[in-house]
Amino acid sequence: MIPFSYSKPQSLSQAVASHAGHGSDRGSWAADYFAGGTDMMQLMHDRVRNPERIIDITALPGLDRIQVDEQSMHLGALVRMSDAACHPHVVKNYRVVAEALLASASPQVRNLATLGGNLLQRTRCGYFRDAVLPCNKRLPGSGCPAVGGQNAGLAILGTSEHCIATYAGDFANALLVVDAKLHIAGAAGTRTIPVSDLHRRPGQTPHLETQLHPGELIVAIEFPATTGGWRSHYLKVRERTSFAFALASVAVALDLAADGTVQDARIAVGGVATTPWRLPLVEQALRGRKLDAELCRKAASLAATGAVPQTQNAFKVPLLQRVVARGLEETGGLA
Amino acid sequence: MNRRNFLATALAAGSAMLTPESSAGEMSHFEPPTAAREADAVQTMTFALTINGAEHQLPETPVNTTLLDCLRDSLHLTGTKKGCGLGQCGACTVLVDGRRVKSCLCLAVMQQGKQITTIEGLGRPEGLGTPEELHPLQAAFIEHDAFQCGYCTSGQIMSGVACIHEGHAGSDDEVREWMSGNLCRCGAYTNIVAAVREVARRSASA
Repeated sequence: MIPFSYSKPQSLSQAVASHAGHGSDRGSWAADYFAGGTDMMQLMHDRVRNPERIIDITALPGLDRIQVDEQSMHLGALVRMSDAACHPHVVKNYRVVAEALLASASPQVRNLATLGGNLLQRTRCGYFRDAVLPCNKRLPGSGCPAVGGQNAGLAILGTSEHCIATYAGDFANALLVVDAKLHIAGAAGTRTIPVSDLHRRPGQTPHLETQLHPGELIVAIEFPATTGGWRSHYLKVRERTSFAFALASVAVALDLAADGTVQDARIAVGGVATTPWRLPLVEQALRGRKLDAELCRKAASLAATGAVPQTQNAFKVPLLQRVVARGLEETGGLA
Repeated sequence: MNRRNFLATALAAGSAMLTPESSAGEMSHFEPPTAAREADAVQTMTFALTINGAEHQLPETPVNTTLLDCLRDSLHLTGTKKGCGLGQCGACTVLVDGRRVKSCLCLAVMQQGKQITTIEGLGRPEGLGTPEELHPLQAAFIEHDAFQCGYCTSGQIMSGVACIHEGHAGSDDEVREWMSGNLCRCGAYTNIVAAVREVARRSASA
């Protein structure tokens, strides 16, 4: 394990001040906030992150709370994945979120990992995770061996010539279709952003993965109240049934009228894109039409629009289309 | 330098040499940016951990010590096994405040004030599990021949105890899903599922 110093601030302002003292100009050696630690421990073990200082944020007051009222639900950033996944209000009103959480990692990991940390997990791209190899995300300007290399698990959507790493998470995809917001705190105060604004596409700067400023941290996730007609579901396809990252996954939320007409739809996919990824063309193809198997297939055929397959991952184009179709059918009770 | 550090250093040097593209510039990725890093490197703390009901006062311990290494190397509780050290195999599973976690992914310093249960604490209440006083799941693993080499077994049993307690052992499929964080390279899964199911059935009817 790499060496680091350790602090355990008792308040948000102390945590932010502690981070500021171990500045953002230090690249992978900058201070890192640390809570569940499930990804951080791997990253430090593999020398991908080398923080001078670990700031243990698990004592920050109030961040482990789940609050429910008529207008909304707030999940604190320190709520464990396992606790959120089995919370009765989540199970009842945000099924897609509970299913996405339970499709992630393993029971032991979900007992440690926090929701805020889950959103900020780093890609599983093997070139990123091997600190002796070039990687534009880890070492800007060093190149991307994944292009033309081992890219079977990597992205077909949202890529650039500089980076094709997949966003590996499930929870964030589910958050996209329930219109969640993130509460963020930092030296400049607090702000709220839609979850869709959190992750950045790689473009020319794959090392900049989120819109968080240095030293900012996610403190809570806000969910708008759900209304009657909405139903939701998460479907994840992987190389084995359990404890694996997605080859392709889909988060579906449909507002269905009594006769099965799609009044509104929100669809997001994982395992295929560089960020959590909405499918506006699929959503548009569904709206105003009656949901049946034919419509599911037709709409899903638009899922890979704009895809740029690499040497080994062209299989993800038809796989994604089928996963989206299946996810729509299951959500609509057709399969 | 102990054997483990020597191996880590030798392996890092070896893999660097195997990478023809690496230049001095790239390798600086491994070097601390300032000499201050050395001062940070030796930060140690004294603290106490509660394990199997007993408080253990630790001597000055590096803050980067995992709970797993602390259990094995400092406290000589070697029933908890180190497999991958990366959260993938589950051999290091322990209970913290009754919840199963991978001790290789936990920092020891963050476990103060928590109740830690290891395989050594499963049998008798005083934490001295003996062949005569096994936890029911330990006995069921023997009865069902639920291991071959035995390396994953303590993690499997700790995870199985939690799986049953959580109520996730109602069917073979459910056990397979909720035990997916524990790998067995001998492939004793069929008998592991049988052992977990049997204890779950017995505790449900008790």
